[in-house]
Amino acid sequence: MQEPKRNGNGAGGVGVYVCHCGTNIAGIIDVRELAAYAAGLPGVTVAREYKYVCSDPGQEFIKQDIRALGLGRVVVAACSPCLHEKTFRRATEQGGLNPFYFQMVNLREHDSWVHTDREAATEKAKDLVRAAVRRVRLHQPLERRRVPIDPKVLVVGGGIAGIHAALTLANAGKKVYLVEREPTIGGHMAQFDKTFPTLDCAACILTPKMTAVRSHPNITLWTYSEVTKVDGYVGNFKVTVKRKPRYIVEELCLGCLECIEACVYKQAKVPDEFNLGLGKRKPIYLPFPQAVPQVVVIDPETCIEFKSGKCKKTCVEVCGDRLAIDFKQQERIEEVEVGTIILATGFQPFDARRIPYYGYGTYPGVYTALEVERLVNAAGPTGGEVLLRDGHKPRTIGIIHCVGSRDEHTHRYCSRVCCMYSLKLAHLLKEKTDAEVYNFYIDIRAPGKAFEEFYNRVAEEGTHFIRGKVADVYPEPNGTGRLVLQAEDTLLGLVRRIPVDMVVLATGLEARADAQEVRRLFNITCSTEGFFLERHPKLAPVNTFTDGIFLAGCCQGPKDIPDTVAQAGAAAAEALALVDAQFVELEPNTAYVLEEECSGCKTCVPLCPYSAITFVEAKKKAEINEVLCKGCGVCVAACPSGSIRQNLFEDAQIFEEIEGVLAHA
Amino acid sequence: MPDATPAPRKFEPRIVAFFCNWCTYLAADLAGTSRLKYAPNTRVIRVMCSGRVDPQFVLEAFARGADGVLIGGCHPGDCHYQVGNYKALRRFRLLRRLLREMGIEEERLRLEWISASEADKVKAVVNDMVEKVRALGPLRLKVPEEVFAEEVAA
Repeated sequence: MQEPKRNGNGAGGVGVYVCHCGTNIAGIIDVRELAAYAAGLPGVTVAREYKYVCSDPGQEFIKQDIRALGLGRVVVAACSPCLHEKTFRRATEQGGLNPFYFQMVNLREHDSWVHTDREAATEKAKDLVRAAVRRVRLHQPLERRRVPIDPKVLVVGGGIAGIHAALTLANAGKKVYLVEREPTIGGHMAQFDKTFPTLDCAACILTPKMTAVRSHPNITLWTYSEVTKVDGYVGNFKVTVKRKPRYIVEELCLGCLECIEACVYKQAKVPDEFNLGLGKRKPIYLPFPQAVPQVVVIDPETCIEFKSGKCKKTCVEVCGDRLAIDFKQQERIEEVEVGTIILATGFQPFDARRIPYYGYGTYPGVYTALEVERLVNAAGPTGGEVLLRDGHKPRTIGIIHCVGSRDEHTHRYCSRVCCMYSLKLAHLLKEKTDAEVYNFYIDIRAPGKAFEEFYNRVAEEGTHFIRGKVADVYPEPNGTGRLVLQAEDTLLGLVRRIPVDMVVLATGLEARADAQEVRRLFNITCSTEGFFLERHPKLAPVNTFTDGIFLAGCCQGPKDIPDTVAQAGAAAAEALALVDAQFVELEPNTAYVLEEECSGCKTCVPLCPYSAITFVEAKKKAEINEVLCKGCGVCVAACPSGSIRQNLFEDAQIFEEIEGVLAHA
Repeated sequence: MPDATPAPRKFEPRIVAFFCNWCTYLAADLAGTSRLKYAPNTRVIRVMCSGRVDPQFVLEAFARGADGVLIGGCHPGDCHYQVGNYKALRRFRLLRRLLREMGIEEERLRLEWISASEADKVKAVVNDMVEKVRALGPLRLKVPEEVFAEEVAA
């Protein structure tokens, strides 16, 4: 710790705190030189460098210096303001200053971590610190705006993540709107047979939660619905939900399913979405037996009444005076006001057709893992009997791992669940068919609780493991109908060709096709892989960069059911913490009009995307509604007379910053 | 005695960057957490939106000795404030014309759409811009007398 230098500038000077961040900053930037340099800048009373300024003792220096040296402004040169701006504003406030008498310098993310030349990095750091010191001297005391929070919560997506988050919040007494795009909640988990590593049946653990959602007095469940518009801000979102017509009056349908029986289609002919086309359904159907709500849905694409208008409508007949079927049902628009939003929109399986040499869609013997989940499921299209598309029982099965994962041509990331579900499917397939099962893997990743034990168990059961990526799948030349898997066994150093009856592709998890649209709708960001981006990978894993919007489940990245449920609980807790505070403090970076200088030219009025600016005829001046202003500053930059100003981003402050970064000798 | 005259310092362009808080600033943060390495010539000034960048900021930067100015905003359609980046684009186009009149080369002012996930793009854009501006050499603004002289001569 360097002795503080007094510049004798008297009260109200600037304190500069340079953080080493261990070696993260100090390893590249000469922090001693930087602090000594800062100490010599005009207006600086004290400049210190410390190993971790964000630590309690680090913050204590700031507070003590404010009191002991009568500091008027604080500059911390450390990490990104996204990480610790709030921390240091709080320390500044606790020291007795207005929290906005503070400016942060991003030395770590923008300097030490991205540069290797020590001298250049230190010079850059000096420029940035100088700019901050010059800027902070112009800072004004500001008040955070307090706005009340609407305690209602919107959960988007009714898979296990959305269900768990909704139930947690509802149990805490909050009103929850749960919006699901499909006709039923349940998501992907409802399609799984058993879950690894415990092998408990997915339906057995999921369906009680699904029915709890349906019967919970605090949950409004809107299935077959989509969010189409989101307005407002944290605490006060206005959300528009489109409710697609299912042609059934939900309140009147008893779920007796007699209409399905009575449909003029005697045989189910339409490929069934829930069973991934392996089974058939009728135009009027229930997605699966435990669907919630227990309300049928009519598919207008295949229903004769919709196609020709000449159906006998036996379904309406059998429904009788229950009058639940309504062919004229229209799309409905609901508008709700909520304080927070949890996004749990899930994933989509990687499309195996993108890797043509695995033959999915070409060879009938090739299945995706999700299809196999349905095949082994007792309620699946084959009643749980594993039968190939040709009706035979497979005697040899090959499971190809990492389909669409860990591959620079598709997705570089590991989908995290495929190894484990492949082991599970190996176990289930072996149990049901007594087939020889071959796993072709790159590495087996079994890092969860009881995962490695499960791997050992499956290996002991006699499943074969071949370390090698399958390079080709082709029909056995002599017309046996079998498929040959060709791979280099990297443990044996040999190319192996193994003929199998059934190929299972362990497809990875990817961001949903419409993730970008959803991201725009909710004004959040996506990571490089296309999943929604969390605010901080470690410290704010369920927050987004938009306050009041939280993430749960696979929309944030691939994860298994235990992690999904844990994350959903975390998102619910964050939402709860926010709404239970009853009010939220907003950044005071709003724009305001200097009335005496406003010429009334109205340039600013149409620029505001939030209609926060009005022209007051009586005064012939523009006026900004502080509650509507979100602080983008577009009007500030546009005002020809410079009479619109922005708190925290005043022109004068930015000019100081510009001069500051360029002022080096 | 060693030679007293110092070797001429290699020209290192000074670039002022205005990055929007929601996309490009985060992308630059991500470049840091990803430990990407790029040229140390930029000095980032954070603004809430690229639409906050007043043309005067750019002119001021050039007047104060910047050799280049980089503005980073969200991709069209992705602006956190809906359309602020479109306003930035309009101003940028006008401003570039004005700069040309002032004898400031086009490459010295750059507007880039860099989303929060595009750390690679931060690296590529900064490196590319530094190279281009380095090739142009230091910015030397004409003093009014020179301008007058040119006008008289013309």
